[in-house]
Amino acid sequence: MIRNSASEMASKLASGEITSVGLTQAHLDQISAVDKDVHAFLHVDTQGALAQAAAVDAKRKSGEKLSPLAGVPLALKDVMTQKGIPTTCGSKILEGWRPPYDSTVVTNLKKNDIIILGKTNMDEFAMGSSTENSAYGPTHNPWDLTRIPGGSGGGSAAALAAFEAPLAIGTDTGGSIRQPAAVTGTVGVKPTYGGVSRYGLVAFSSSLDQAGPCARTVLDAALLHEAIAGHDPKDSTSINAPVPAVVAAAKSGNVKGMKIGVVKELNGDGYQKGVRARFEESLELLAAAGAEIVEVSAPNFEYALAAYYLIAPSECSSNLARFDAMRYGLRVGDNDGASAESVMNLTREVGFGREVKRRIILGTYALSSGYYDAYYGSAQKVRTLITQDFNKAFEKADVLVSPTCPTTAFKIGEKANDPLAMYLNDIATIPVNMAGIGGMSLPSGIAEEDGLPVGFQIMSPVMKDERMYSVGAALEAALHSKWGAPLLSTIPALAGSK
Amino acid sequence: MSLTYEEVVAKYEPVLGLEVHVELNTNSKMFCGCSTIFGAEPNTQTCPVCLALPGALPTVNEKAIESTIKIGLALNCSIAPFSRFARKNYFYPDMPKNFQISQYDEPICVNGYVDVEIETDEGPKVFRIEVERVHMEEDTGKSLHVGGATGRIHGAEYSLLDYNRAGIPLVEIVTKIVPGTGKYAPEVAKAYVAELRDILRSLGVSDVKMEQGSLRCDANVSLRLIGSDVLGTRSETKNVNSLRSVERAIRGEMIRHAERLNNGERVVQETRHFQEDTGLTRSGRSKEQAEDYRYFPEPDLVPVAPDAAWIEQLRAALPERPSIHRKRLQEQWAVPDKEMSAMINADVLDVVEATVALGADPAKARSWWLGEISRIANEKDVAIKNLPISATDVAEIVALVNAGELTDKLARQVVEGVIAGEGKPSAVIAARGIKVVNDDSALMAAIERACAGQPETAQKVRDGHLPAAGALIGMVMKDTKGQADAAKVRALLLAHLGQSEG
Repeated sequence: MIRNSASEMASKLASGEITSVGLTQAHLDQISAVDKDVHAFLHVDTQGALAQAAAVDAKRKSGEKLSPLAGVPLALKDVMTQKGIPTTCGSKILEGWRPPYDSTVVTNLKKNDIIILGKTNMDEFAMGSSTENSAYGPTHNPWDLTRIPGGSGGGSAAALAAFEAPLAIGTDTGGSIRQPAAVTGTVGVKPTYGGVSRYGLVAFSSSLDQAGPCARTVLDAALLHEAIAGHDPKDSTSINAPVPAVVAAAKSGNVKGMKIGVVKELNGDGYQKGVRARFEESLELLAAAGAEIVEVSAPNFEYALAAYYLIAPSECSSNLARFDAMRYGLRVGDNDGASAESVMNLTREVGFGREVKRRIILGTYALSSGYYDAYYGSAQKVRTLITQDFNKAFEKADVLVSPTCPTTAFKIGEKANDPLAMYLNDIATIPVNMAGIGGMSLPSGIAEEDGLPVGFQIMSPVMKDERMYSVGAALEAALHSKWGAPLLSTIPALAGSK
Repeated sequence: MSLTYEEVVAKYEPVLGLEVHVELNTNSKMFCGCSTIFGAEPNTQTCPVCLALPGALPTVNEKAIESTIKIGLALNCSIAPFSRFARKNYFYPDMPKNFQISQYDEPICVNGYVDVEIETDEGPKVFRIEVERVHMEEDTGKSLHVGGATGRIHGAEYSLLDYNRAGIPLVEIVTKIVPGTGKYAPEVAKAYVAELRDILRSLGVSDVKMEQGSLRCDANVSLRLIGSDVLGTRSETKNVNSLRSVERAIRGEMIRHAERLNNGERVVQETRHFQEDTGLTRSGRSKEQAEDYRYFPEPDLVPVAPDAAWIEQLRAALPERPSIHRKRLQEQWAVPDKEMSAMINADVLDVVEATVALGADPAKARSWWLGEISRIANEKDVAIKNLPISATDVAEIVALVNAGELTDKLARQVVEGVIAGEGKPSAVIAARGIKVVNDDSALMAAIERACAGQPETAQKVRDGHLPAAGALIGMVMKDTKGQADAAKVRALLLAHLGQSEG
């Protein structure tokens, strides 16, 4: 039952074949069985999830009209507040904090009767591409437990691949939904910036952060996308417009006559052989499905990584200033006579990990008087150029495509001491955040050289998110018929797995 | 070497810069829905946004934007079609986010001015104060330092934090440098702050209570030798919490700077705190090394882009400028300058105007509010506006006096009664049994009793010595318990004794 897609689970729930309590319990059992090895979860809310499931079953029994995903369980990235449930962002500094309020995403999940199983592991404050930066230990990739599950949302992606949950919420600042999806053989979508409310998403980089759906199929992602998206007056950057019709697009999966632009700069040198092979194969399948493949150029993408590592740290240096031990979270050194300043200093020293400190220092420097124009100011100009590159490319193509990441999952510890190598993982995903457009990663097969999953990225213009779902669904269908089954059916079984 | 003010201004020219912070009177805070009511229990008016809980986001209070635009328009500013909020980053325990959302290089209102008139040796003179910018920001929380001297952080045992004030909308009004005021600098500054206060009050955007901190002034002062065009080093005096203090603080700083300069010492660029008791300033934080606030555009808020038509609507609805309004009233009422100032200083102009609007004669209305009612307010040590007597009450009393139904003396009793909480004038009159004795026969009987009681005095009056009548009138008034009209008693008495007014 736990290997079904979310939409299959939803129809079994609707027909009465299974109950939400049963389905939720099955996932809790799987978590008990495999999470000691995977470590996707930081907190499992057994009682809360079962109580919510029982309530949904009762509603269904009483004949109430329910939303499409009612009763289906979900894993929530630990960067989203949920009232009364520990929210750590993978950091020591928030250990023990229980938010007194629900994020808008959680409010929408509850409104849709989606069962929240617990909180998933992540790189501290979403800073990282491997989930190794979590203060609570790394998450392991279910395809190969010695490898990283991507990051920052490695917990959410691993939970899907390990059948611990059929749906998950991620957040994506530079690739934190898409890169974990790529390396775990799952689907991850970063909606248009402003498409899903950021209220209650603990900010890393406010102008780049975007929550989105993670799932095992394109349709499941679309169903979850529609459940969480929409205008929110509590987030002034939230877009006040109807949610793109992503479910309809995922259901039709029609690419006939669509122009698909291959970004010249996001391929070739630096991309693993098996990654390139799977990418070429996907292009052929899309062409066979009736799409027209064109090449587009985005000359300014080469500056995207550098600009990103000025803007994101600058914003994080300010966003993370609130963790000062005064009102919540960790407090260190509060001895008799200690000043507030020394408590703040000690708490931040002890509470933040190395990568977080590295970025706070970078950002503080980039915003400093005398350096602002050269660093933050120039980075903003690059951001405008990248947006212009996208606008030009979208004149030639309806969607753009690239491999999601240059490589498959690397070994835990392999890049831990080489931040620059780590940052390069996000070279193909970062431009999407810089321009605020939509991006999706879906599995495109296995790299022959290492037997690990490869991701295919689809990018769509602002608030045209339905386009990536059309293309994603078409490619998924073509691949499934080629493989005869979903990619995850070939994942090695975990010890104890049901 | 101690200098007199005259010696200072004979040698140096002061250059001013004034920053006024105004707390807006919106019902909710700048970036969240929390209440802004003053004086609530600590930390009861807070939420995830103003406590900066992880994940919370600000949203802009539309009313605050409207109020700020109104202020900008009233100060003759241009309203920016596009302005932005920025983050001012620094750590302080009473600032929950450890940054303040403020406007930085893209403020909402720019390039305005305020004209103020003051009395000079050459008669009234107008000084134009140029306004550089008007921008929006949020207030911080409050720290209460316990156990140290005079509530300062230094030496305190512990501190308490109250975040009720965190996020209250503030508007900052910053002048350009103000040269050319010479020896009148302190008075010009005071007049400017007074004018701002009146304008803000007329707009209804703030309580403008300096004593509660809803209007706060920081005064920048520097001196340069007369004739020089090089600016001197400035000091910034904070905590200036009354109009009189504005004047005193600037005068004091001018003398302090001049003494240092005369002694060949440097003026230190620093923040200074004004001390109400001594009228002097004390050194605060040095600004020699400018703090780096690492401003950058607030990514959580979209730019403010007010609709041009809306701005024109607000402009058309602006009230008359208080100074112009006052001039118009003064002409209409034909009041001398001195009386006008008295009303302004006693803060009764509005209520006098309201009383006149209800039909009272301007002179009568003024004399009640400035006279009897002010006296009672002083006695009770209460602001006139907080006395339970309204323009309607006073207008009614004036009308009753005009109709001859009350004498001035009785009217004072009615005013007293209203202020004592005995109800509206009619209720006081009824309850106290106040009424004018108009019945001539009753009066005549009292006059006859008086003359019979003091026959010698009565004879003096008959003999033409009119001043003697006073004693008899007094007796009549006493006999009638003060309810008779004294003028009428005098006329009847004189007639009774065969005399008439010369």
